[in-house]
Amino acid sequence: MEDMIFYDRLQFAFTITFHYIFPQLTMGLSLMIVYFKWKFLRTKIEKYNNAAKFFMKIFAINFTMGVVTGIPMEFQFGTNWAKFSELTGSIIGQTLAMEGMFSFFLESSFLALFIFGEKLMGQKLHFLTGFLVFLGSWASGWFILATNAWMQNPVGYEILENGKFVLNNFSELFTNPWLLPAFLHNQMGSVVTSAFVMASIGAFYILRNKHSEYGRLFLKTGVVFGLVSSVLVAFPTGDWNAKNVAKYQPGTFAAMEGIFETEEAGAEIVLIGQPNMVDKKLDNKIAVPNILSFLTYQEWDKQIPGMDQFEEDELPDNVPALYYAYHIMVGLGTIFIGVMALALFFLWRKRLYNMKPLLWTIMFLVPFPYIANITGWYTAELGRQPYLVYGLLRTSDGISPTVSSGNTLFTLLGFVGLYMLLGLLFLVLVGKTINQGPISQKH
Amino acid sequence: MEIFWYIAIAVVLTVFFILDGYDFGAGIIHLFFAKEEKDKEVITKSAGLFWDSNEVWLVAAGGMLFMAFPTFYASVFSGFYLPLIIVLWLIIFRAIGLEFRGQFKYQMWKDIWDASFGVSSLLLALFFGIALGNIVRGVNLGSVENGVSAHEGHYFFLPLWDSSFSPLTDHPGVIDWFTIIIGLISVVTLAIHGANWVILKTNSSINNKLKSVIFKLNIALAMLTVFSLIVWQMVNPDSLDNFIQKPYLMIFPVIYLTGLIGLFFIKKIKKDSHAFVLSTLLIVGGITSSLASLFPVILPSVNDTHEHLSIYNTAAPEYGLSVALSWGIIGFILIFIYMIVQKRLMGGKIDNMDYGH
Repeated sequence: MEDMIFYDRLQFAFTITFHYIFPQLTMGLSLMIVYFKWKFLRTKIEKYNNAAKFFMKIFAINFTMGVVTGIPMEFQFGTNWAKFSELTGSIIGQTLAMEGMFSFFLESSFLALFIFGEKLMGQKLHFLTGFLVFLGSWASGWFILATNAWMQNPVGYEILENGKFVLNNFSELFTNPWLLPAFLHNQMGSVVTSAFVMASIGAFYILRNKHSEYGRLFLKTGVVFGLVSSVLVAFPTGDWNAKNVAKYQPGTFAAMEGIFETEEAGAEIVLIGQPNMVDKKLDNKIAVPNILSFLTYQEWDKQIPGMDQFEEDELPDNVPALYYAYHIMVGLGTIFIGVMALALFFLWRKRLYNMKPLLWTIMFLVPFPYIANITGWYTAELGRQPYLVYGLLRTSDGISPTVSSGNTLFTLLGFVGLYMLLGLLFLVLVGKTINQGPISQKH
Repeated sequence: MEIFWYIAIAVVLTVFFILDGYDFGAGIIHLFFAKEEKDKEVITKSAGLFWDSNEVWLVAAGGMLFMAFPTFYASVFSGFYLPLIIVLWLIIFRAIGLEFRGQFKYQMWKDIWDASFGVSSLLLALFFGIALGNIVRGVNLGSVENGVSAHEGHYFFLPLWDSSFSPLTDHPGVIDWFTIIIGLISVVTLAIHGANWVILKTNSSINNKLKSVIFKLNIALAMLTVFSLIVWQMVNPDSLDNFIQKPYLMIFPVIYLTGLIGLFFIKKIKKDSHAFVLSTLLIVGGITSSLASLFPVILPSVNDTHEHLSIYNTAAPEYGLSVALSWGIIGFILIFIYMIVQKRLMGGKIDNMDYGH
């Protein structure tokens, strides 16, 4: 039983982590493509149109990857989490089905038209198709976040005698207080990723002295979008989310902040330290007193319950992983703001394009927004444990009753192998596209 | 309300098989009949331009099934665990075949992805037919062994095969001689459909040859159909009851027969789109006839301990289904609009269209 749950969780974690490499780029990138296309309509400078088309190529590769790794996500609700699907399907099926209907059709239809239809449609319609792709990809994020928000903070339901969750108020699925902060935070996170990718490609072109005109455009746009989104992802959206966790999942809040013991007055904020689950304390701790209380409640002396206030089986089952995920996300987010602010400063002083160390830094930072986005999701998902539906349905009660751990391990290994291949091919293809540059006349 | 969602999902699934069916079929044709590089390229393109928007229909069907019949979704997806995951892997292999083939000019590179595209298309067509065969035949709900259930009555787990390979045992596997026959019907049907698609959308040099291929495949399909009807009776003796009680359901087998008979005149049909309509009728008729013969059951039980899964004992409650009706109608109208826009802009032959990003 234990290893069944473990393999089911591991397979979901592995496949969703790999999957989320792609949508986080496409969501943010679609916004930036719409920006380039809009700039082109306003200025009629061909450079902006080429930039839009170049990034739509990168978008399309990521979209394909997102589709083929996304279908397994939807299937896995049924294959590995059958009991969960049976009990909650009439509720979360709503938002998942709406995602299919209102976002995937929109996204896939107009992506094809954007790529193949520029000459047929004229520029205004071409801009519109780009905008619809953006709309579709953000709608997808909205419906997935609505699904997740319901699992984090269930609303609009009743539970029947046989344990099934039944929807009794549809609109509450979308007015869930968890949803809007989580959606905005997530979308800003995806803009951070795409801005860093764009800036990184720009830095690469400048350093290599190839396609430098586009390099400067990409770097400039990436830095501006990157700084704005890095700030927004922390404040107000990140702050807003943390307050929600403190309010709706206080045990999770204590675990992710690493508060083992409740302090009399005013909780400290931990900057560094390793959770020691045997002695129930943080090793090698560096912390600043009272800041956490202030950040969360704007009161220096407000008491925040530590993990000692909760039953063991109500707390997340892997406190260190949750704590690290959260602190990696926050730490990286802080670094992003610093680097982008510095880059913007030098852009304003007109020195950025010659500052090699900063260009190298920006180029090599590209994996880190991905890590930040994914550890952000780990924070949400590990934080919800030991529940699938917070406070109501335990993870151990959601798995498929008939699928043995041997079968799940088999498919997990298969996914690992296949996704390695997929990842390799993806890198080759993206690398080739970047190397060709925005003005390749091959086609 | 259950009936509305049952029909809606059946429609979405059928559209999926019509649309993705032609690119599965194109893969099969590509595997067996495309010899020259130019033909291989253009056939890959005729699938590669469209597969991702076609597979959205599968995602939509999955989502709607999850919402409207959560118990059925949970039961079937966990019960057919292995074949479903294998289908997912094949979908991935097919997609990378289509997307990566054109990226490098080396012959060996192209050969690898051609094989990946062709073989996965063939196996997917086979597996989808086998899936339909399993639904018609039924499964050992509750995993009953000597009158004792191992699980709740709506759960089961099927191995890929049972050593007897017979659909008539108490605990059949996914693959047995009956489901293989349905799988073959699916392969042949989609190969015909794919050949029609290739003829319709490309100027490949094998277009003329493909017409006689369709003719021969159609003979095979007619024989397989007759044979399957006989064994169908052995596997599911109640399968004709619905048609006898509600004769208007005969429209579905008639649709299938129209397609089958019409395709014998493939060489005389002047407009390629008409031939494509005929193979579409095959798919529509085949799926709807199978569903109609089971209705309202959606997964029969092969034991007497547990009742069949039907649309009534697996559906979500009324409130959710009726809310979903209101957004569902809006959604369908929007999808219809996108399809018209896309058809207008991407209709016609695709030989000279840019592809490969």
